[in-house]
Amino acid sequence: MNGWLPKDIWTRNETLVAGVIVLFCVVATLSDPRFFTITTVSDLLRASIVIGILAVGAMLVLVSGGIDVSFTAIAVFAMYSSTVLFLAVWPEAPWPLIFAISIVFGAILGAINGYFIAFLGLPTLIVTLGTLSIFRGFLLTFIGSQRISALPPSMRDFSRGVLARGTTEAGNFYSIPWAALALLFVIIATWFILKKTMLGRSIYAIGGSVESARRIGINVKWTQFFVYVYVGALAGLAGIIHGSVGRMADPFSLVGLELSVIAAVVLGGARLIGGYGTLTGTLLGVALIVIVQNSLIVIGIPTTWQSVTIGILILLGTGVPAYRAKRAAARAG
Amino acid sequence: MSSDCGSAFIDLRAITKRYAGVTALDCVDFTVQPGEAVCLAGENGSGKSTLIKIISGVEPATEGTIHIAGEERTVLNPRISAAAGVMVIFQDFSLFPNLSVAENISFATQLSQHERFYKSGATRDIARKALDRIGVEIDLDARVEALPVAQKQLVAICRALASQARLIIMDEPTTALTEKEVRRLQSIIRMLKDEGVAVIFVSHKLAEVLEVSERVVVLRNGKKVAEGPAKDFDTQSLTYHMTGRDVPEVPPSDVTAGAETLMQVKRLTKADSFSDITFDLKVGEVLGITGLLGSGRTSVAKALFGLVAPDEGTIAVDGKPVPTGDPQAASQARIGYVPEDRLTEGLFLSQSILHNVAVGRLDTHSNRGLLDMGNLAGEASEWLTKLKVKAPDVHAPVQSLSGGNQQRVALARWLSRAPRVLILNGPSVGVDVGSKADIHDIIRNLATQGIGIIVISDDLPELLATCHRILVMRDGKIIDNLDGKSVTEDDLAHRLAS
Ligand SMILES: Nc1ncnc2c1ncn2[C@@H]1O[C@H](COP(=O)(O)OP(=O)(O)OP(=O)(O)O)[C@@H](O)[C@H]1O
Ligand SMILES: [Mg+2]
Repeated sequence: MNGWLPKDIWTRNETLVAGVIVLFCVVATLSDPRFFTITTVSDLLRASIVIGILAVGAMLVLVSGGIDVSFTAIAVFAMYSSTVLFLAVWPEAPWPLIFAISIVFGAILGAINGYFIAFLGLPTLIVTLGTLSIFRGFLLTFIGSQRISALPPSMRDFSRGVLARGTTEAGNFYSIPWAALALLFVIIATWFILKKTMLGRSIYAIGGSVESARRIGINVKWTQFFVYVYVGALAGLAGIIHGSVGRMADPFSLVGLELSVIAAVVLGGARLIGGYGTLTGTLLGVALIVIVQNSLIVIGIPTTWQSVTIGILILLGTGVPAYRAKRAAARAG
Repeated sequence: MSSDCGSAFIDLRAITKRYAGVTALDCVDFTVQPGEAVCLAGENGSGKSTLIKIISGVEPATEGTIHIAGEERTVLNPRISAAAGVMVIFQDFSLFPNLSVAENISFATQLSQHERFYKSGATRDIARKALDRIGVEIDLDARVEALPVAQKQLVAICRALASQARLIIMDEPTTALTEKEVRRLQSIIRMLKDEGVAVIFVSHKLAEVLEVSERVVVLRNGKKVAEGPAKDFDTQSLTYHMTGRDVPEVPPSDVTAGAETLMQVKRLTKADSFSDITFDLKVGEVLGITGLLGSGRTSVAKALFGLVAPDEGTIAVDGKPVPTGDPQAASQARIGYVPEDRLTEGLFLSQSILHNVAVGRLDTHSNRGLLDMGNLAGEASEWLTKLKVKAPDVHAPVQSLSGGNQQRVALARWLSRAPRVLILNGPSVGVDVGSKADIHDIIRNLATQGIGIIVISDDLPELLATCHRILVMRDGKIIDNLDGKSVTEDDLAHRLAS
């Protein structure tokens, strides 16, 4: 090895995505000097928390060789039903307990996905498309379809908690909420699992080749099951944070976001065929998507162009590295 | 007979394995003593890989009992059998393309040690030791997908050597290797035997099989048809037991005199890979290209088909230049290429045999945009018969075929395209003796029909049986241009190695 840079640094998605982000920031700062301020950064960070947690989960599923489109339905289901539950039985409950229950709900729903996929061997896209509708329909039919703004008071306390706050010289207010810690925690935990445990390495191995994994004795079924439970739990966490920070339990929110999240993950270099994906790439992908969704207007592109821009980014961001890798392979013979 | 000996490490009794409609194994008894090298021989589809999958717990037996290390195993899976010390080098390697060489080699070992945490230092140590053991140098951080076939096979071998095995099963471990690595592997097998490790060895290279093993077991159509000490067999008698017939030594073909030049290759050069490759191929000529691993033979073959872009040089077919580095242009000039790595790269494993053969012919069977399926199917099955593909029917998925039969399907696909120039990289890799002779016949027949054929191989008898001329490569250069008729096997071996 020479130096600390990976050898394939120029053919990686991460590099490209980071480049695009830097370019965007430069152009945005040139056209509006107020863009590159701590206020903007803290706004973007706040917008990244929920998408970020969901994206980490989606990345894990892609690495394992599957695809999950039901995680937004899980998130909103877990958030709404745990809120309803606590409002009914114990509105004064502390927020960590409410959060824990939402995470457990998420994990249970994830386990349903995991059961169908790992133990019955059904295709992941079909299972999660099905559960997306079922979870959502069940929620709206049996649990409730009213927006609730009178949340348990402890959830509001959570949303008021800040790690840092202040006012810039120009008089702009900024703050970094507690929820940022949750994202940090998810990143560290997932990093540990993927990089430091045999379980995490097994997830990559299964994504590379299920049959090979089976033949060397990896417990394919339980590994897959774990992936879907973990993703469900992350969705439960993301959901309850979304509800708390937005100070409203809305059963119609989040669903529809799944494609943006998957787009972020794919931009970050995860491949739909499985086996590939990194946390760095995923977070860069999330950053790019969030910037596009919130700040496109700064460089003079109308907001209606958002989805076109995201589409172009996906084509470039995944197409260019794939093309480069192909060229490199041809050159190497 | 040792089958009732209590000390056998593996003791299979009356094993039967049925797949839907196919009896892959029929009441087979099989034992392996500690430290014994057993050779498992048989034609393509005779059940060798199936037997191996049963011992390693990948597939359950339909009937019969299994004892490993004296203990009866009613439940067997890859974990249990690995814990008992059974390590397998699978015919298709079963590697993880997305993981590094180091991880591929050490993953199974770490699993069997019940590691919960992944330590990259330990991973590299395990991998380095295994690589040192067979004396090869492969970048530990390289992703396996980026390696050439031979190195993939070496990684698969190292993975089996990495852990404390009591039995190593090698299912055709040498298909992609050349003489040098094969000899190295043979000395490893001897070393393993001295350490008390048993070895089951499957190969279609019969000479190689007899050299390393003490006992031979021959399967035919899922039944055990012969068993005995290796010294009682020779290539001929082994062939007889495997096929149930005598396969005649193949005579070298006639040279076509005064034929026109079909393909002209001039000064093909690519930095660090090959240089100054110049040759002509005549109509109806079979040209062999041989060389050790790393001599550049595969790169040249790929360059001829446009898969590798050369820095300099020209290729012309029928006097018309063919743009280099463009497989589509090569295809249009009717150059065909059968890759070395057919098993892992060439086929759509989950699709039907028919589809796999027909996919190259879709253009020629369309009628104003609509496919003429009947015609297509007819032609495909014709090739399948010619190549004697052993399959229940043409609609079965390719992955249900034995390894050697998968190879034939790949070959059928390329042959059915009726190319002008056909480049065959290892045409009979992994194919049994009987059908090898058949494939050689086909090559000779195609040549008499006016196709120019380039055979890339290190199987010297194969080259001598098929080629009019043989080019020997070393360090990316052509060092010899020999007449196929006048050169002997010894002479060729000498030129290769020196
Ligand atoms: N999954 C499967 N489904 C159906 N049939 C199968 C399956 N796997 C193997 N078979 C059949 O079992 C028979 C034995 O196959 P096997 O792979 O054991 O042959 P082999 O002796 O290893 O041949 P080769 O030398 O070509 O590798 C073949 O007829 C094959 O078609
Ligand atoms: Mg086989």
